[in-house]
Amino acid sequence: MQDDFATIFPLQRGRVHDASGPGAPFFAAALSGVTGGTVLWIKPAWFAEEINPVAFSAFFDPRDIILARTADQTETLAAGEEGLRSGAVGLVIMEVDKPVELTPGRRLQLAAESGRSIGLSLHPEGTGNQAATTRWLCRPLFSASDSTLQEWSIIKNKTGTNNSWAVRWDETARRIHMVSETAERAGFKGPPG
Amino acid sequence: MKRRVVSIWFQRLPSERVLRARPVDGPFAVTLSEGNHDRLHDLNREAESQGLERGMGLADARAYVPDLVTRPADIDADRRFLVMLARWATRYTPHAGLDGEDGLVLDITGASHLFGGEAAMLEDMKARLSRARLSSKIGIADTRGAAWALAHFAPGIAPEGKTSAALGPLSVSALRIDEKTATALKRLGLNTIADMTALPRATLARRFDMALIARLEQALGTRGEAISPLSEPPHYGVRMSFPEPIGLVDDVMAALSRLLDTLCLRLKNREAGARAITLSVERVDQTRQTVTLRLARPMRDATRILRLFERPVGEIDAGFGIERIRLEARGVEGLPAEQIGEGGLVEGEALDDLVTRLGARIGLDNIVRFQPVASHIPERGFTENPAAYGRVDAEWRMDHPRPLRMFPPEPVTSDAARRPPSRFSWRRMRFETAASSGPERIAPEWWRPDEAWRSGLRDYWRVETRQGLRLWMFHTPQAPGWFVHGLFA
Repeated sequence: MQDDFATIFPLQRGRVHDASGPGAPFFAAALSGVTGGTVLWIKPAWFAEEINPVAFSAFFDPRDIILARTADQTETLAAGEEGLRSGAVGLVIMEVDKPVELTPGRRLQLAAESGRSIGLSLHPEGTGNQAATTRWLCRPLFSASDSTLQEWSIIKNKTGTNNSWAVRWDETARRIHMVSETAERAGFKGPPG
Repeated sequence: MKRRVVSIWFQRLPSERVLRARPVDGPFAVTLSEGNHDRLHDLNREAESQGLERGMGLADARAYVPDLVTRPADIDADRRFLVMLARWATRYTPHAGLDGEDGLVLDITGASHLFGGEAAMLEDMKARLSRARLSSKIGIADTRGAAWALAHFAPGIAPEGKTSAALGPLSVSALRIDEKTATALKRLGLNTIADMTALPRATLARRFDMALIARLEQALGTRGEAISPLSEPPHYGVRMSFPEPIGLVDDVMAALSRLLDTLCLRLKNREAGARAITLSVERVDQTRQTVTLRLARPMRDATRILRLFERPVGEIDAGFGIERIRLEARGVEGLPAEQIGEGGLVEGEALDDLVTRLGARIGLDNIVRFQPVASHIPERGFTENPAAYGRVDAEWRMDHPRPLRMFPPEPVTSDAARRPPSRFSWRRMRFETAASSGPERIAPEWWRPDEAWRSGLRDYWRVETRQGLRLWMFHTPQAPGWFVHGLFA
């Protein structure tokens, strides 16, 4: 039996999830848009790739982002824990460049549980948070008619099965539209690298 | 009661301040750079006796006195030193204020009897100042002007009501007037103050401006002049010493809690809140550690501040024990009393506390919020403000598509000109262009020099690749080349 998209997105509160792939920032922006409230976005100061708040304005009010720049991954995770536990923000997004081991991952889960917040760590493809409740792989999909189409796949799910959806962001309704379930779509080739 | 005023003139304040810290034998001067060369700003007696004077060029002075020791002047430090002296002078009277760059003025009305009369008070001042290695000249008179004149021209006491007699023989320069006016007066044969008082005021007023008359009247006491005492800024510091050294975190927190109660009450009484609180602990081995908690908004809620201190206090190394702790509120701002709701923390407060906590860990400067800016240059479409200053109300606009991620432009190997290349490689990946939209031409802001925009105009394209990635690319027609500047998704 396949999970219904609506039961799994927006992500479960009080849990930490992870996402990777080139569409991960889009995933994070869409998630921020549907959860609402203040978003704590934590990234190491030396990451050259910056988030662009002007583009985020298509998803939610960029003034609701609090951006914290850290020195390294240890600091990112510590700050993430602090943010999740406080309950003052609905969503904590952590950009990391190395896998999150089981112990720090568990600590994040406990913090999210006590603060009833959602945690999301963004990873380079192929790595992740070992303790994550769900893991998403996000890629932009080429379509001649839709320039915002994305493919979101759950590649690890502690509470259900894996699945894949083609989605796009509805800017006026400020919500994610499911276009079709792409799990059975044959012949689709992912991007290289 | 007749008013009595003391004027203290420190003749060599800048040099003596330096010499107090590092004594020098022999000629010494402090220098001030003016344009290209240094001049003597102040010098000690030794240097003066060898023929040097203020304002002389340092090169000339060195030629006369080769063993002259010099230090650069520090006007701000001199000023602070003078403020400190004014605070010292409050031992004589609460009304002590600064007088110019190198003097103090004290209103000692009704205070001199506590020191055994004016003469004894003056002796006491002189003795204490000379023990502090400061040379001073002191005048006591009925008016501020007269006291100043005595201090600078004839140190001593002018008895009550005898001001004009005491000032009479002094040079007109004693009236605190500029040199030009003094020269003009002398040219008219008016050498002393007595010469001036002999003339009808109207005659003087016709030839000179009213400022001169004002100075004369202030000196003689027919016109009043205020002495503004230094107002002490309220002090927000509390301390506690322990009979036995303490070392446990719980003990420190308990002491901190009591100090915070006192401190916050003091802040509350003045309707103020602190932006930062510094805790310093002194250990048995005489070393000191300080922890500064920078708060995301002015606060005076002892319970909340105590909670925020939990982590920093846990990191203090108590060593063999802590003898004394001290707490000081800094960056104190007005914080009017507010109605406190029933539901505990308001949402905004919880967020402020989070920012404070994060700030203690990674530095408050590293936590920012975005604010839109009207600029068509994509990198300048927003600024980052410290999150501690809260949300700014402004409208976000996106007239043209903008990528979610931006990074410094990365060159793409392609020689295509006007249209985006159909095949290219970027970050060691091969791409095929499936669709593109553009161009959107962005010109550099010529009024703002920017190294990154030196290549001139940019034609931005939104390029959809067959591989999925949607890139934000631009072409620079003035210096042909293609670059990737961002990722839509």
